[in-house]
Amino acid sequence: MLMTAHERLAGEIRDLVQKLGRNRSSLVPILQEVQKQHHRIGTYAMQVIADELDIHPVEVQSVVSFYAFLDGKPQGKFVIRLCRTISCDMNGKKRVARQLENDLGITFGETTKDRHFTLEWTNCMGLCDQGPALLVNDRLYTKVTPEKVHEILEECRRTFGVHATERKEAHLA
Amino acid sequence: MSSIQTYTQATPEAGLKRALGMSRPDIIHEMNESGLKGRGGAGFPVGGKWNFAASAKSEKKYIICNADEGEPGTFKDRVVLQEHADLVFEGMTIAAKAVSAKEGIIFLRGEYTDLREHLEATLARRREQKLLGRDILGSGVDFDIRVFIGAGAYICGEETALIECLEGFRGEPRNRPPYPVNTGFNGHPSVVNNVETLASAACIMGKGADWWKTMGTAKSTGMKLFSISGDCAKPGVYEFDLGVTVADILKEVGGEGAKAVQVGGASGRCIPPSEFARSIAYEDIPTGGGSLIVFGQQRDMLDVLENFMDFFGDESCGQCTPCRVGNLKLLEGVKLLRAGKCSMSYLKELCALGETMQIASKCGLGQSSPNAFLSVVTHFRDEIMGRTFSQA
Repeated sequence: MLMTAHERLAGEIRDLVQKLGRNRSSLVPILQEVQKQHHRIGTYAMQVIADELDIHPVEVQSVVSFYAFLDGKPQGKFVIRLCRTISCDMNGKKRVARQLENDLGITFGETTKDRHFTLEWTNCMGLCDQGPALLVNDRLYTKVTPEKVHEILEECRRTFGVHATERKEAHLA
Repeated sequence: MSSIQTYTQATPEAGLKRALGMSRPDIIHEMNESGLKGRGGAGFPVGGKWNFAASAKSEKKYIICNADEGEPGTFKDRVVLQEHADLVFEGMTIAAKAVSAKEGIIFLRGEYTDLREHLEATLARRREQKLLGRDILGSGVDFDIRVFIGAGAYICGEETALIECLEGFRGEPRNRPPYPVNTGFNGHPSVVNNVETLASAACIMGKGADWWKTMGTAKSTGMKLFSISGDCAKPGVYEFDLGVTVADILKEVGGEGAKAVQVGGASGRCIPPSEFARSIAYEDIPTGGGSLIVFGQQRDMLDVLENFMDFFGDESCGQCTPCRVGNLKLLEGVKLLRAGKCSMSYLKELCALGETMQIASKCGLGQSSPNAFLSVVTHFRDEIMGRTFSQA
C-alpha cells in the first residue's frame, strides 16, 4: 500500500508519543526527536503533535520558536554552530567564521541549497579554554583554525554519496 | 587539564553512606552548619533550600540538577560532569534523602548533548551498584534520576524557566514567590541545585561541615571552582578557597598584566587593575558562577561590551519590558560609543536605564545584564569617550 509522507510522519509522531508519554512534559523531547529525524518541525508535524497532546497547535509553535535548537524552517543534515561568545571571539572566531562562509558559499543563518549544511551562531558552549569552538550537530570541535574547517566539512561530506560512511551521533530520546 | 583536588580526594559514596544513616533534620543541619551556598551564581544557602522542600507537604517531590551552564565564560560544570559525575549523582541522592524525594532530573543543556552517553552509563552503573533505584544500599530509600536535554536557551538556567521547559513550555521565568521548593515541577516541591553545589554537598556529607569550614572565609565557606579563560597562559578549571584575591588567581593562571578581568561571566562585573587586590567572596566581589575572563592590554573594552550586549539582546526571553528593550538600547549605546557619537548626557541616560533594569526586571537575567555595561563605563570612561573613527 502506498503511504504518503504525511501519513508516515504522523505515524512516527504517534509512536514517539507512545514511547515518551502523552503529557505536556513530553513536548520538548518529542520536538527534539522530530527535529533530529527530519531536520525541521513543519506545520503539519506541529498539528499532529498538538492533536496527540490535546493542546492548541499555536502552543507547539510558540515552544518551537522559543528554543534555539528547534526550528520551523528546514535545516541542513549537518547544523554547524560556531560559538560567538567573548573567549572564542578573542581566540580568533572571526577568521573561522569567514572560512566557513567561504567553504560553504553561504552566510550565517543560511542553509546550503542541497540541504546538507546549515550555518549558525551559538552562544557560549562551555569550551572557553579551548576556543574557538564549534558544534556539528552534537559533536564538538575545539581549537578550530581556518585551515581545519575544510577537514571538518570533509568529514561530514563523506557521509553522502555512493561510498558513504557512518558518522556516530549521540541519541536524544 | 583540570585539577579539582577536593573532588578527586573525596572517598566515593562516603557522603551517601553517612547520609543514609542519618535523620533528615540532621542532614539539613549539617548542610546549614557548613554554610554552603548555591554555586550557580545566586548563592542561596543550600541547607535553607533543602529545609523548605523538606517541610513542604506533598506526595511527590523532585531533585533537579541544574546543568544548564550557559553563562559566557563558564565551563566548570562541564568538567565536573565529565570527571566527577558520580559525585553529582551522590549529592542528588543525599538531597533526595534529606527532602524525601523519589525522582531526580538532571537538566543538561542542549549544547552538552555529547555528555549524555557518559551520564546515562554512569546512572546505569549506579543502578547496578544499588546506589540508585529501589531500596538504595538496603536503607529503604527509593530514588532514581533521568536525563533531560535542554533545547538551547540561556534563560533556562533560571530555576523557574528551567521548570517551564521541563513542563513543555517556553522558558519564561515565573513570578516568585511561590518558589520551586513549594510549587516546582508540575506543581510539586522541587529542589533545584547547580552541578557544583551537589558535588560539594556530597563532599561535605563525607567529611563533615567542620572540614568544609577550614576552607574559605567566615562568611564564604569552602572552596569554589573557577572557569578561567581569555588572555592568560593557562586557561582551564581551577579550585580556590573563597576569599582568594583576583591578583592571586591571575598569578596562578599566568594572566599578570591584565587590563581588566570580568568576574562572574557576562552578567558579572568588569574589574580594573586598581581592584585586583580585592577578594572573591560573597562579602566582597560576588563569585557569580565562578568565571573569570582575562582581558589583555590590547583588548578594546567596547568590543567586549558589544559582544556581551549582543548576547543579552539575543537571550532575553522578552517577557518584561526593562530587559527586552533595555538590552537593545544598551547595545545601541555601545555602537554609538564605538562610532564616537555618544554625548555625555546620553551616556548618563543609558546608565540610568541600566540601573532601572537592575531594579525593574523580572528575573536575574535583566537584573544583572547591565552590570558589565555599568562597570566598564565607570572604570574605563577615559577609553570609551570621544572616539575618532580610526579607533572604532
